[in-house]
Amino acid sequence: SLFHHRTTFFLPLIIDFGMLDFAFEAEYRRFGLKKNGYVGFQEFYQLLQSIHHIHGVDVLLEYADIHGDLLPINNDENFQKAFASANPVLRIIVTIKGLVLTGLRTGGSGSIHSKNKSSLMIGPPQNFRQISSIIDVDILPESHRRVRLHKYGSNKPLGFYIRDGVSIRVTPQGVEKVPGVFISRLVKSGLAESTGLLAVNDEILEVNGIDVAGKSLDQVTDMMVANSHNLIVTVKPANQRNNVVPRGSKNSMGHSGSVGSGGSIGSALSHDSQSPASHSNPITASSSIAEGDSYEEDDDGDVILENDCLPTYRSHPGTNSNSSTLNRDSPHQGQHSSIPQSVSMPNSLAAALSHSSTMMSHHNGGSAHSVGSSQESMKEDGNVITL
Amino acid sequence: MMKFRFRRQGTDPQREKIKQELFAFNKTVEHGFPHQPSALAFDPRLQLMAIGTKSGAIKIYGAPGVEFTGLHKDITAVTQIHFLPGQGRLLSLLDDNTIHLWELVVGPPREVGGTKKEGGVCLKQVDSYTLPGRPGIESCSATRVTVLFLLKSCDLLCIGTEGGGVYVVELPRLVLKENQTLLQDQVTQSLPDDYRCGKSLGPVESLQEHPQQPGKILIGYSRGLVVLWDLSARHADQLFLGKQQLESLVWERSGGLFVSSHNDGGYAVWPVTSGNTITHQPVSSTIPYGPFPCKAINKILWRTSQTGSPVLLYSGGMPRASYGDRHCLTIQQDKEHVTLDFTSRVIDFFTIHNLEPDKEFDDPLALVVLLEEELVVIDLQTPGWPTLPTPYLAPLHSSAITCSCHISSVPPKLWERLINAGRAQRTRQQTHMSWPICGGKNLAPPPKQQELLLTGHEDGTVRFWDASGVALTPLYKLGTANCFHTDCDEPHDSSNDHDLQQEDEWPPFRKVGCFDPYSDDPRLGIQKISLCKYSNKLVVAGTAGQVIVLALNDEPSDHSVDVSVVDLLQDREGFTWKGHDRLEPRLKPAPFPPGFQPQVLVQCMPPASVTAVTLHTEWNVIAFGTSHGFGLFDYHRRNTVLARCTLHPNDSLAMEGPLSRVKSLKKSLRQSFRRIRKSRVSGKKRALPTPTSKVHEANAALAEQEEVAPVQRRIEPRSADDSLSGVVRCLCFADTFLRDGTHHGPTLWAGTNSGSVYAYALEVPGVGSGRAFERGGASESSACVEALLGKEIQLMHRAPVVSISVLDGRGKPLPHPYEASQDLAIAPDMTNAHSVLIASEEQLKVFSLPKVSAKTKFKLTAHEGCRVRKVALVLFSSAAQEDYSEHTLVCLTNLGDMHLFTIPGLRPQVRYDCIRKEDISGIASCLFTKNGQGFYLISPSEYERFSLSAKVLTEPLCSVQLDRPLHPTATSDGTSMHPQANGTHRKMAGRAEGQTEEPPCSLSSPIQETPLDSPLSCADLTLDTTGELTVEDVRDFLTTVDEAENNLRNMKEEEGRSTGILIN
Repeated sequence: SLFHHRTTFFLPLIIDFGMLDFAFEAEYRRFGLKKNGYVGFQEFYQLLQSIHHIHGVDVLLEYADIHGDLLPINNDENFQKAFASANPVLRIIVTIKGLVLTGLRTGGSGSIHSKNKSSLMIGPPQNFRQISSIIDVDILPESHRRVRLHKYGSNKPLGFYIRDGVSIRVTPQGVEKVPGVFISRLVKSGLAESTGLLAVNDEILEVNGIDVAGKSLDQVTDMMVANSHNLIVTVKPANQRNNVVPRGSKNSMGHSGSVGSGGSIGSALSHDSQSPASHSNPITASSSIAEGDSYEEDDDGDVILENDCLPTYRSHPGTNSNSSTLNRDSPHQGQHSSIPQSVSMPNSLAAALSHSSTMMSHHNGGSAHSVGSSQESMKEDGNVITL
Repeated sequence: MMKFRFRRQGTDPQREKIKQELFAFNKTVEHGFPHQPSALAFDPRLQLMAIGTKSGAIKIYGAPGVEFTGLHKDITAVTQIHFLPGQGRLLSLLDDNTIHLWELVVGPPREVGGTKKEGGVCLKQVDSYTLPGRPGIESCSATRVTVLFLLKSCDLLCIGTEGGGVYVVELPRLVLKENQTLLQDQVTQSLPDDYRCGKSLGPVESLQEHPQQPGKILIGYSRGLVVLWDLSARHADQLFLGKQQLESLVWERSGGLFVSSHNDGGYAVWPVTSGNTITHQPVSSTIPYGPFPCKAINKILWRTSQTGSPVLLYSGGMPRASYGDRHCLTIQQDKEHVTLDFTSRVIDFFTIHNLEPDKEFDDPLALVVLLEEELVVIDLQTPGWPTLPTPYLAPLHSSAITCSCHISSVPPKLWERLINAGRAQRTRQQTHMSWPICGGKNLAPPPKQQELLLTGHEDGTVRFWDASGVALTPLYKLGTANCFHTDCDEPHDSSNDHDLQQEDEWPPFRKVGCFDPYSDDPRLGIQKISLCKYSNKLVVAGTAGQVIVLALNDEPSDHSVDVSVVDLLQDREGFTWKGHDRLEPRLKPAPFPPGFQPQVLVQCMPPASVTAVTLHTEWNVIAFGTSHGFGLFDYHRRNTVLARCTLHPNDSLAMEGPLSRVKSLKKSLRQSFRRIRKSRVSGKKRALPTPTSKVHEANAALAEQEEVAPVQRRIEPRSADDSLSGVVRCLCFADTFLRDGTHHGPTLWAGTNSGSVYAYALEVPGVGSGRAFERGGASESSACVEALLGKEIQLMHRAPVVSISVLDGRGKPLPHPYEASQDLAIAPDMTNAHSVLIASEEQLKVFSLPKVSAKTKFKLTAHEGCRVRKVALVLFSSAAQEDYSEHTLVCLTNLGDMHLFTIPGLRPQVRYDCIRKEDISGIASCLFTKNGQGFYLISPSEYERFSLSAKVLTEPLCSVQLDRPLHPTATSDGTSMHPQANGTHRKMAGRAEGQTEEPPCSLSSPIQETPLDSPLSCADLTLDTTGELTVEDVRDFLTTVDEAENNLRNMKEEEGRSTGILIN
């Protein structure tokens, strides 16, 4: 009963046609489009219906953006965006409306969806990518807030600045001033500002679980930049009136925003908080962040491009692809960009996809022909594309 | 997760013991010339020389290898030093008017790596003294000390003051003998009225004891009066009514006359005949460089000699108008007259001469001149007074150091050839005198191996230093300027003309010394050096994109150098190089002296500074990189194998050379000067001592900070188009598995500023398994080296790649070319899978090969907030177990601390504070040896040598034969100070930190720890003479706040650029 189509576009060439993946009960097609051919969402929607022979079936269109996130296509604007991001491949997933891909998104009801149907087409919460959340509400003092910013996939800048400052601490000896690091500025329409969770003059206490006390502004800057893809900052908000109060099990607040559809901000429940064992102990709390999978999310996001045409020693010289000999003949040109390349995807599909598309466009330049002519260049083994 | 826990645990006692036996941090010795010397002294009995510096350091030198260092508690200039001859004691006068007594004592035994070491002799401060203010006189300038003078008996110290008083202090207890004090009014009473004329005599300028009659001292006052004072009888024996402002006094050996030097550039000879109480006129008075107004003669020495006329030596006295800016010292004897013309200021000088009382003459042996930038010794016994090469105190900075490179275990053959080449360079000096300052005894065992330190300089020279022991001595100097046509090309054989010229010239100048900070052409500057000690091949690369391959030749040669031009832009469009031009190569044959002679010149285009270079002599290839890309060159066949552009399309900064002037720079310069001015003001405020609690201090600093607009830092991930992203940071050759897991072969690895790594598989004719016979009879000569792109790795965090090295199947670094094939190293394990260690500024990561997947990693920046600056793979040997050693990754961060990690596990071992984090040039200049030592510049002229190894230490170990026991005497106040064994630069607590400990956080820091990148701190930085730092490096300081924000990350990356990383 699970049925969805997966479509891959090549722009501007038609390359390949489908295969049926029984394991996923999915149909897989690949076709090419002229880049300026389709201008409207409706037109495209109909094209897909005709290609997949599913006329009259209501389907949800989603595409994998350059960061590998699934984003909806349901209006002209995000369709344009999706199209623009195809470089050169656009992966689109077609799902029958009402059916939910298990494992991809949890929960979600159609109620929000139907409510909005009349006016603007806004997808259900599960179609939004989470960009920030308040976490560990139950283990932090009420006056503190631990905010997670997902830089991943957002083309917005993180968008904030920090400065040195004075923090006032109450100690047994009385009130003491100690140096601290504060948010000094939020960039307009940056990620930090759009979440509404960080504000100017909030004091920064921890960065991804590491206490910043005693660290210089530059050290804190470096720590934040190093963690910028998945930044978790614990702040003491300057405005203490909007503090989150722990409420039973729903102790995490999430903030989602759809980048694709123009930054509308909705709020949604986020994942459960981490180990309840670590109440009131900030150190374990921080290590739980450090050890948790969330922290390792960016793990091995490095992209490795391999040149498949490297002749192995045993291989007969004659079987070597032309390109390698071609390169040998022209060492001065040096640019081996025309060698067909395969992309090995590390653990994190998201990162790999993001980079592969940019890297491929970068290296192949205008030489899409060579990509097209080589079969092996587009190896997509099942364990890589597992949507 | 498991990994993480394991790291935290880290307290396995067995492992802790091994760590103690392997690692220990010590700053061992300072090489080079002390920065800003301010005082000089000589102990003729012990044959020891002492130099004081403006930062409060005292360094004692004797025979090569004999060195003692002391550091005053306060960073105040040492203005005078006086030895208590033969006692191993010395007195120092500081700028803050305090007098300190130092002693050579046997230090306490130390424990290093579990073994006890006998404490060596070290210099220790035992007492200090301040002259009490005179009751009733508020002004402290009256008791400001101008002269210290030790009587020959060594039991009394005479102190002359600004107020004209002379005080006598008992030694060594430093107790004032109040009844001995001679105030000025006592002297004025006995003066004739017309001389007195109601004016003060001025400060005491000079005190000198009568050479034959102990207890009688000459007192010279600034106004010109000289008094021969009998200390015991307490009356003036004679008065000499000088009318010229006095600068210095010196006795003739017999005591029959003395010489005074004056402010007007003249000197006068005064007779001392008993019975004559008042002398109005000197016997002679001369202004040697008159008749036009001359500068003062600051110091004069008069030495009698057996050969006839006395030798007269004096500094200064030059004609004010024409040569007032010269730094000169004159040696005169009979008709012989030489004006030594130095390139830096004369601080002080002394002669080494005969002191035996029964000898009739001084017979000066040598003249020792301390200049601001070097030490010059003149042989006074050889006719012509040639200079004597110094075995230590080498002026490392004679031209600014731009990079460095260390070679350990130099093969004896190469060593010998280098020494010969160096000797050939020095033939013109005919002196055969042995080094005259030869006190003390060097107890250090002879070095087990020869070590070379190579320094690249701004003037295009590479200097080879013997770094095997405590004294860093010059071996050989290589110039690369003769490969090019430069503006200042001058005919070489001008020496004859020069001599002719000199005969006519007055004063008879002679250029002496080698400090020459003015570079002919900054493009000649050396940026990278790579030497293969087995094949004697050298690659040097410079500022204008020049890469020169040189080979060692014992014979002079006349040949032309092949030139190859490599275009690294590779027709990339939209880029125009706005920087400097390339150097024009010399195409005609040129003579090259014995030593390293250039063979091939590879010119990178655009001619940007070379940022990385590596050499593989077995494959006969070099790789080089600039801010635009990298290239591979087969120097055997003179063939460019590969050129690869690494520029990002949006990168515009890369096209501006370091010498280009961009409009915005002018504006930012103006801004930055304003800021510097501002910070100077606030800097002074901070300097006020506030002996309150640390929190108070912090609060005060913070309150101050609030007034100024706060420094902001932007938090943004690195993006692909950050400028200078294409800079090639490191290159590495390795014989490893890139294609598949069963066949290894030559590979080239390159890492860039934006976290990209390129791996190429090379085909080198005759190298690589299977390949050679496959080609079979194919003519080997026609076969070329080929390169094929194998892999590209884009590190996700995009941080600059600091180093790449390949580890063998056992996780050990691959040996150098020829090491394995000549059985000089254990052959690498080629049976198990190799891995590649990639160190970026933010992370250390080990990837498996040939399929590049991450095996282990350590996120340094995310954990510690510091960034990697330098990385080296070092072999640490255990101090306790003879045959136990470990390969360790040593990592220097932008905070100046050293982190040690196991490889390939990347488990943190220890952390040491090493360099102040504000010391950018120190961090940028740091280099490591293969066995756990290292060097970094503590000033433009000095290398600090340190050791991370518990076993391998190169430190002074010496003794001195003294009249007194070498054990510390009980001090008067009982407060014994720490023996300041080494390090004139204040030691950071050499504290080792296990990973389990939390880094210390103190509240006192914000004052000193002004962020380095903050524009506020730039006033304190001495960037001037370290050629390594370019405009780009300091652009942080030059940009406006907004620009700084934008450029911050890029520029930070830039700071760390430079100098050799010892991973090859």
